[in-house]
Amino acid sequence: MVEFALPKNSRITGGKEWPKPEGATETREFRIYRWSPDDGKNPSVDVYHVDIHDCGPMVLDGLIWIKNHIDPTLSFRRSCREGVCGSCAMNIDGQNCLACTTSMHDVAAGGAVKVNPLPHQPVVRDLVPDLTNFYAQYASIEPWLHTTTPTPQKEWKQSKEDREKLDGLYECILCACCSTSCPSYWWNPDRYLGPAALLQANRWVMDSRDEATGERLDNVEDAFRLYRCHTIMNCTKACPKGLNPAKAIANLKFKLVERQT
Amino acid sequence: MTAKINRPLSPHLQTYRWTLTMAMSIVHRATGLALYFGTILLAWWLMAVASGPGAYAIFSGFIGSWIGRLIVFGYTWALMHHLLSGIRHFVWDLGYGFGPSEREGLTWAALIGGIVLTVLLWVLAYAFGGGR
Repeated sequence: MVEFALPKNSRITGGKEWPKPEGATETREFRIYRWSPDDGKNPSVDVYHVDIHDCGPMVLDGLIWIKNHIDPTLSFRRSCREGVCGSCAMNIDGQNCLACTTSMHDVAAGGAVKVNPLPHQPVVRDLVPDLTNFYAQYASIEPWLHTTTPTPQKEWKQSKEDREKLDGLYECILCACCSTSCPSYWWNPDRYLGPAALLQANRWVMDSRDEATGERLDNVEDAFRLYRCHTIMNCTKACPKGLNPAKAIANLKFKLVERQT
Repeated sequence: MTAKINRPLSPHLQTYRWTLTMAMSIVHRATGLALYFGTILLAWWLMAVASGPGAYAIFSGFIGSWIGRLIVFGYTWALMHHLLSGIRHFVWDLGYGFGPSEREGLTWAALIGGIVLTVLLWVLAYAFGGGR
């Protein structure tokens, strides 16, 4: 359902400005979305000042600095700090990206670094979204090898050329930057699979070893599950790994047309 | 026992930075919708032609007024934009034009091309039709 405005309990009200760190010669302003399930209040935006001479260059460095030096209650997910795990996906300066690979000095040209959770998701706390639905959709495309022929003695073999068909697909880290950047996904999160799950569906359709291509195409051939994609391209612009979910979805649509002829 | 938590929805349209392709996706829809109303005008024209001189005079009186011309101008743009934007979608559906410069270029081309074609059509219409 298309609902442009936020529900009443989700509207951002107030927030507090934390004092600037003492003795800092140069600071960077962070405006961070806050919500806690404990106090029954609406979300707010808190303002923090980070001492940039005491802190690494990435937005994630800034968030960790704030948590260590100013406000230990600030919650966010992070792990690898090098763009491999996808945990610190969030909306920074209006665009979905990984906090660990986004420089705080590149965003907003010296202004405040605005940090929000991934868009249009239920919030667990602060910058932590509930991605249950996202993972369930990934599971629904059955992301493993389906075969009917007997399992070979050694590995399932694949030619170099066939392996290359998976380039640009297998690298996905499931950070959810793409799906949560998509307006179509915002309006139909329960019925549209979203770019991440569809890119994965395409990854298994393109796998030369997989023997369930027909069933996989059947599964996505649906006015909502696949065809809610209107090539808005936000997904491809958001992907921190430089993948192209929009193109992967186009390939699925093409495969569906192809098999009708 | 845990009570059900009334979780907020994270901001979406409120925070997401607008992109060209995102804006043009909405414009494609809006022009598509506008074409329905433009088609009503077209139907009115045909009905007026079929009904006789009286009905046609009412129609041409409306269309000839400045507001009528403005609506027809808007309709022309909606048609041209939707046409070019549709071709852009056709290219994408064939699996081309997904690179960063290609997708932006195609989208700019549809936007600028739609305006240029509209103005060109009207210039031609006035040149050959004499504003009639």
